[in-house]
Amino acid sequence: MEANTARMPIQTGPLDSVKTFLERYGLIALLFIMPVAYGIQDLSDDGNLARLGNNLVDGLSNGAVWAMIALGYTLVYGIIELINFAHGDVFMIGSLIAVGMFGTLGLTASSGAASVAPAIVVILAVCMVGAGLLNVMIERVAYRPLRNAPRLAPLITAIGFSFVLQNVGILWIGGSPRSSPDVIRSQSSVFEPFGVTITQGDLISLGATIPLVFLLVAFIQRSRMGKAMRATAQDPEAARLMGINVDTTISITFLLGGAMAGAAGIIFALYQTTVQFLSGFQAGLIAFTAAVMGGIGNLQGAVLGGFIIGIIQQISDNRIGGEWTPAIVFAFLVAIMVFKPQGLIGEETREAG
Amino acid sequence: MSEASNTRSRSALPVAFLKAHPNVAIAVVVGIAAVLFPYFFEPAAKPVQVMTEALAYVMMALGLNLIVGFAGLLDLGYVAFFALGAFSMGWFGSGFFSGAAGGEGLHVFVTGVAANLPGIHFNFLLIVVVAVIITTVAGMLIGIPTLRLRGDYIAIVTLAFGEIVGRIAINGDGIGLPGEATLTAGRKGITPVDKITLPFLETFEALDLRPWYYLALVLCLIVLVVNFMLRDSRLGRAWIALREDEVAAVSMGVPLVKTKLLAYGTGAAFGGVAGAFLASFQSTVNADQFLFQLSILILSMVILGGLGSIWGTVLGATTLAVINFYLIPKVFNEVPSKVGLNFDLTEINFGIFGFLMVIMMVLRPEGLIPERRRKAELTEGIGAGATTGVGGEEVREARA
Repeated sequence: MEANTARMPIQTGPLDSVKTFLERYGLIALLFIMPVAYGIQDLSDDGNLARLGNNLVDGLSNGAVWAMIALGYTLVYGIIELINFAHGDVFMIGSLIAVGMFGTLGLTASSGAASVAPAIVVILAVCMVGAGLLNVMIERVAYRPLRNAPRLAPLITAIGFSFVLQNVGILWIGGSPRSSPDVIRSQSSVFEPFGVTITQGDLISLGATIPLVFLLVAFIQRSRMGKAMRATAQDPEAARLMGINVDTTISITFLLGGAMAGAAGIIFALYQTTVQFLSGFQAGLIAFTAAVMGGIGNLQGAVLGGFIIGIIQQISDNRIGGEWTPAIVFAFLVAIMVFKPQGLIGEETREAG
Repeated sequence: MSEASNTRSRSALPVAFLKAHPNVAIAVVVGIAAVLFPYFFEPAAKPVQVMTEALAYVMMALGLNLIVGFAGLLDLGYVAFFALGAFSMGWFGSGFFSGAAGGEGLHVFVTGVAANLPGIHFNFLLIVVVAVIITTVAGMLIGIPTLRLRGDYIAIVTLAFGEIVGRIAINGDGIGLPGEATLTAGRKGITPVDKITLPFLETFEALDLRPWYYLALVLCLIVLVVNFMLRDSRLGRAWIALREDEVAAVSMGVPLVKTKLLAYGTGAAFGGVAGAFLASFQSTVNADQFLFQLSILILSMVILGGLGSIWGTVLGATTLAVINFYLIPKVFNEVPSKVGLNFDLTEINFGIFGFLMVIMMVLRPEGLIPERRRKAELTEGIGAGATTGVGGEEVREARA
């Protein structure tokens, strides 16, 4: 490469360096356009960055949910190279379980903290187990029989299952959004440094996400099963020869991904206080964008991508208008695919490269 | 093969020929039934309307089959082309741009009521040309970012484009054009849309659906013929080669960019024609209908019939269109409430399709009328995998 540019420095030199620069930093520059532009606008309008700061905080709280869903995408993609289209809907079912449990346990907006806290822990556990098992069931029914079929086949069953789950959601709560009790009083402010409001919702959203993410990463990097997962992701055939039960490992991967989606479901229900059957489809696409942005197959990348997408959405909701937010997120998705399909911190995959 | 059957048909009686070729017999019967169909009903009967819409969906499914079935590029945003076709009709065949030509209206080869209305009114044939141009260009533009990508990444990019087009359709009333016009009418929709005017014929009427039906049938036949010609052409073979093994095809000299973009472009053009026709038939361009679900409906038509199989796609599209637009809303809608369940079947129609897609893929992935080559591809991997579980490296390489 170097020899080439050295031989013809005048013809290709400057263009090459521009191209390399764009390839390396173009996506990052693109991501910074919106915050920086609106930051400057805020400074000139109000003289401080409080509005942008609020956008960032809200964006991080939303992004926590996307990050958890994106982890499920990235885990599954890493191990069987399948975009699990039904994953967003597993998250939606998780949020419906959460709202249903609020009703069962009699939680309302006026319940005291002493009764709310243990109840939430119970619901979190139920959501994680429920969504995890649902994901395992989907893998067993829709993906495992097709593991050796052409790549498009499991993708199509994934879309099929996504629709089935959406309609389960319709039958469960109906076609219109359902509001859930604001048990954590998510909008009440805790403290306000520099005019930026930090609410209880923000604290709970980030406070639940960060430990779960660390637990997951630790499990994958430290445990025996995590090692098996990494081995299967690298080379399923070799892993099998080394005595790893590949089918079980894949099931565990789906269980973990589903559990993260279930946890995201309850956090979403607590923070947004409305759930609907369509939220899973939207969330799935957003989270997939996040996973691709971070570099699919890469856990840290998925979390980073989730937070970045959360911030982009929040800025767009607040400044451009909520009706354009999906289009902007998808435009980012296309831009990533065009400029850097391997993502911010991902490696080149066969698929993207 | 066709030459052989031709010589034989000359020497033998028609009946004997049909006995030897049951497929031709079926085609003849179906053809006659399709031509006579509207005369079994009133001119404005519901079945005629449903079948006319079904024919439009057959066109779209054939277009998508060309992209997904022939070229192997999974397109999850096909609804974008339907939308663009419908908007071509809305823009150039309605009173939507009421300020056009100083409020007098711009009329090109139109007769009847539309000739005196404000807005832009082109003849339907011109609009079809416009729709084909717009959708072909759009198809190629959508294709460009996917050129470097493979497999499911293509699916995601096309999905994103489909969603962006849908969003623009819904929010387009906020996008201003010169002269106080907007890009779309937003959720209100563009309505009414001109009825179709063809040379030598009277303008079509909403109360007599037969001309609409026959026009759809003719358009379908044209699309079918083009499909067959493309499949057996050099270009069609290049598509199939790319689908089977991209690396090998490119190293054999198949031009990757041109071949892929032509697949997107032609596939999109069929969607555009169908969209323009449906917009006029339904007399509305409703921005809310351009949803991801519709892309999936069209995709399930192709899958049900058999990816890559032209007759399969026709069968799959007709079946699903009749199920979706007639059987579910009109015939079986009340069934769940009659057996004591608290919902209508229309609420869960996409769940039914989803279920169908899973079942089809697991049990009969080659579709109702499989394409021979595709069937061979599908069975190759499954036999090898039954014993090893996770695919051997050779199989993985072959389908990557």
